[in-house]
Amino acid sequence: MRDYWRANQQRLAPVLFLLPGLLMFLVYVVVPIFQSVSISFYAWDGLGEKEYVGIANYVELMDDEAFYTSLKNNVIWLVLYMLAIPAGLFVALFLNQNVRGIRIYKSLFFFPFVISQVVVGLVFSWFYDPSYGLFNKILEFFGADPIAILADEDWVTYGIIIAGLWPQTAYCMILYLTGLNAVDSEQIEAARLDNAKGLKLLWYIILPQLRPATFIAMVVTIIGALRSFDLVSIMTNGGPWGSSRVLAFYMYEQAFSEYGFRMGYGAAIAVVLFAIMMIYIASFLYKMYRDERGH
Amino acid sequence: MLHNKKTLAALFAAASMMSANAFSGELVINTDTSDPAPKAAFEALIAGFEAENPDVSVTWNLFDHEGYKTSIRNFLTADAPDLANWYAGNRMLPYVNAGLFEPVDDVWAANGLNDSLASAAASMTIDGKKWGVPYTYYNWGVYYRQDIFEANNIEVPTDWAGLMAAGETLKAAGVTPITIGTKYLWTAGGVFDYLNLRTNGYDFHMALTKGEVSWTDDRVRATMANWKELIDADFFLADHAAYSWQEALAPMIQGKAAMYVMGNFAVAPLRDAGLTDDQLGFFQFPVIDASIPVAEEAPTDTMHIPANAKNKVDAKRFLAYLARADVQTEINATLGQLPINSGSSVSDDKFLQAGYEMLSNTDGGIAQFFDRDAPAEMASAGMEGFQEFMVKPDRLDAILERLEKTRKRVYK
Amino acid sequence: MFPRPIEKASPPAKALYKIALPVALIIWLLPLLAVALTSLRSQADILTGNYWGWPTSFNMLENYTAIFENTPIGQYILNSFRVTIPTVIGAVGLSCMTGFALAVYKFKGNLILFFLFVAGNFVPFQILMVPVRDFTVSLGIYNTISGLALFHIAFQTGFCTLFMRNFIKALPFELVEAARVEGVSEIRIFWYVVLPLMKPAIAALSVLIFTFIWNDYFWAMVLTQGADTQPITAGLNSLNGQWVSSWHLVSAGSIVAAMPPVIMFFLMQRHFIAGLTLGAVK
Repeated sequence: MRDYWRANQQRLAPVLFLLPGLLMFLVYVVVPIFQSVSISFYAWDGLGEKEYVGIANYVELMDDEAFYTSLKNNVIWLVLYMLAIPAGLFVALFLNQNVRGIRIYKSLFFFPFVISQVVVGLVFSWFYDPSYGLFNKILEFFGADPIAILADEDWVTYGIIIAGLWPQTAYCMILYLTGLNAVDSEQIEAARLDNAKGLKLLWYIILPQLRPATFIAMVVTIIGALRSFDLVSIMTNGGPWGSSRVLAFYMYEQAFSEYGFRMGYGAAIAVVLFAIMMIYIASFLYKMYRDERGH
Repeated sequence: MLHNKKTLAALFAAASMMSANAFSGELVINTDTSDPAPKAAFEALIAGFEAENPDVSVTWNLFDHEGYKTSIRNFLTADAPDLANWYAGNRMLPYVNAGLFEPVDDVWAANGLNDSLASAAASMTIDGKKWGVPYTYYNWGVYYRQDIFEANNIEVPTDWAGLMAAGETLKAAGVTPITIGTKYLWTAGGVFDYLNLRTNGYDFHMALTKGEVSWTDDRVRATMANWKELIDADFFLADHAAYSWQEALAPMIQGKAAMYVMGNFAVAPLRDAGLTDDQLGFFQFPVIDASIPVAEEAPTDTMHIPANAKNKVDAKRFLAYLARADVQTEINATLGQLPINSGSSVSDDKFLQAGYEMLSNTDGGIAQFFDRDAPAEMASAGMEGFQEFMVKPDRLDAILERLEKTRKRVYK
Repeated sequence: MFPRPIEKASPPAKALYKIALPVALIIWLLPLLAVALTSLRSQADILTGNYWGWPTSFNMLENYTAIFENTPIGQYILNSFRVTIPTVIGAVGLSCMTGFALAVYKFKGNLILFFLFVAGNFVPFQILMVPVRDFTVSLGIYNTISGLALFHIAFQTGFCTLFMRNFIKALPFELVEAARVEGVSEIRIFWYVVLPLMKPAIAALSVLIFTFIWNDYFWAMVLTQGADTQPITAGLNSLNGQWVSSWHLVSAGSIVAAMPPVIMFFLMQRHFIAGLTLGAVK
């Protein structure tokens, strides 16, 4: 036994080291993905017998207004959430100095990312309150009529996204701050000698060097946008009349609310969301694969 | 070897830092009574039960009122308490059908509840069995600022014309006629119920909530047309979709709004906020069509034993206690609501007396509430539609068609 | 350095920057400052709508005692710790091993396994929700701290493996080879050679995972309920439903909920930022 181990340990050790983590990951992450796909072909209330319905859930989805609202909102989220990247870069450039106390400033600017989205959601719902929220006080100050952001179907999604952009910008900022630390100062000086400055310098010299940071910022921002559940749940519960739903929230609503427990239908929504996310996961993996080969 | 789920489960249970298992003599109760008055009522109720039954210790999980609606199905299926509060009628039907509630006919028989709770027996019965114990009900109607009405010489409206006139006068005086907070949707359901009961009567309302009538029916449109009249006249609080029902009390307290279509549970927070009985009044929802017998809305709240409860013996003792006349008298005095037990006495509070008298004289039928009479999925879609209609009345056709689509799917 | 160091700028620009910094910070943190201030307000301030002016009185002690005495917020916080700490230990521990295996050994399928961990880390939670809940129920650990923690450990192992594997890959491989030549067993190599070098990675990951798990809301809603087991995020949502319009209490609760990760962040700032950037930007 001992000798066998001695002789083969280089082959056995990785199995040993991988097993516990891989097992947990398979049971809790990989297998459930396939289970969900399978459930999406059934009508199931989570209790009784599953009834096979083929693609009926997907057919129903195609004719479900709430699904399209959620999908549309997801797209708005994806597009607007991207603003966190330039915003984060802007703040990072602003803070990338060596004055006294700048470290404290940097950490305080990062603050919103550390606190929970539940707290962010509560803070912003209060900020938007039509009768006494600061937002409407400001509007009032400029002589505008108050807007009940979270009760207005045209504004609500934007209102929630702004709340989400706050921590997300902080996240991107920190990625860029670290990236800026690593830019090659000789190149900058050389470019400066060539009389490049400002935006030109940023565009042609700095940004190419920040590419890894930008890539990660994009990945986390896209994932964040597609996972946008917490803020919707806290701030509006999907309302008014379902106009701020996103796929993640709609799925939860269908599968778990008092009115639902439509596990199959919920699973179908989740599969659609997963398919969208898969595009990004695949391109991320592809890039990683290229990097690995490049070694 | 760990080859089956049971050993695994045992292992996990042993490893868990705290398991949520109930031991005998321990009673777990989940309720949604998070507002101050209901919270106080349940505190007293549980303390009273524990005092009489020193061998039982109660663990009480208090959920927030709106969150409970998503939690209940979850905990009934996965980790059931020994008792949970809920609502009578159709609202409990899905749980009964799913086998998640325990029938409690024995509790009814052993404690003579078939007599003392006879008034609510029908709403607790499904398939010939009783599925819980009702402990309170309450009237709905219009709560209003008596002092503002008097200051503007407004008569209490008894018909539609009176209501419209009162609203116009209030508006002229700079007061919002009707406050409402529709963020959690159900408040709009109350308004719809009354408009529909008054426009089309109890039988039609029941047929509609049972799914027997199309949502695009002209009679539904008639109800919505009446509603639109109120909306077009700007009677409702602006931005109501941003507020919960409690937040919508504020304008009424501040004298900026005069009426609220609500259940009697609104009285307690209004009084807490400083309104006196001289300032606060109640009237029956005005008649719209005099040829239709007047029906009312009076939801019943109930307690149930989940089928997966661990300590059903003590849970039944608790239900028996909850059904007792003196207990119901006391709990309802705190709740500001009406007891079910015929031996209980109604508190001599002016609103309770008014509500009790109104319901006793109702011959047009008593509805539970939109989300209790209609099945859950229909109710959810319906109330969402009502909220949308109150903000965008022009979308009536699209909303009704959507509801009709939901009806066809839900009732099958 | 980019942008050009402010020291080299003209004096007015320098002065402007020094003013702009605190002003920008205050605007940036305005929502939080307002919450902090509101958590000290009296009920009277709230009722009269004094949300944005100076508080008429400071009620720090009252408000914070009130939330701890009248609500299970203490229990929620405790639950959060009881979920978060085992998750940090579990996920970091497991991923030290998986990361080591994937970084040090060359075997068939290595890269595929690695990508599996990476991809799993990015899937939407919703696709896991129904099966994970079912599985947890069937193990009999639904609505327990362990049930929630086990899932978190499994899920976070994906991210941690990505991080650890890249970290170990960047270590000098000669150390492992030298040990092998001396006949040190693989397990001892892991324990005595590699693990000591991983300390910065372990510290960075621990802080990061602590924050992630502390702030988790979705799984807390799916796998737990009631004050016995729910962590502070879900608890705060529930309390918010009970404290309707009592914004001074909501604010105090929010501050309490935000405290632990904030303290963690300040104590371990260096590791935290290293964690965010090192594992990802390689």
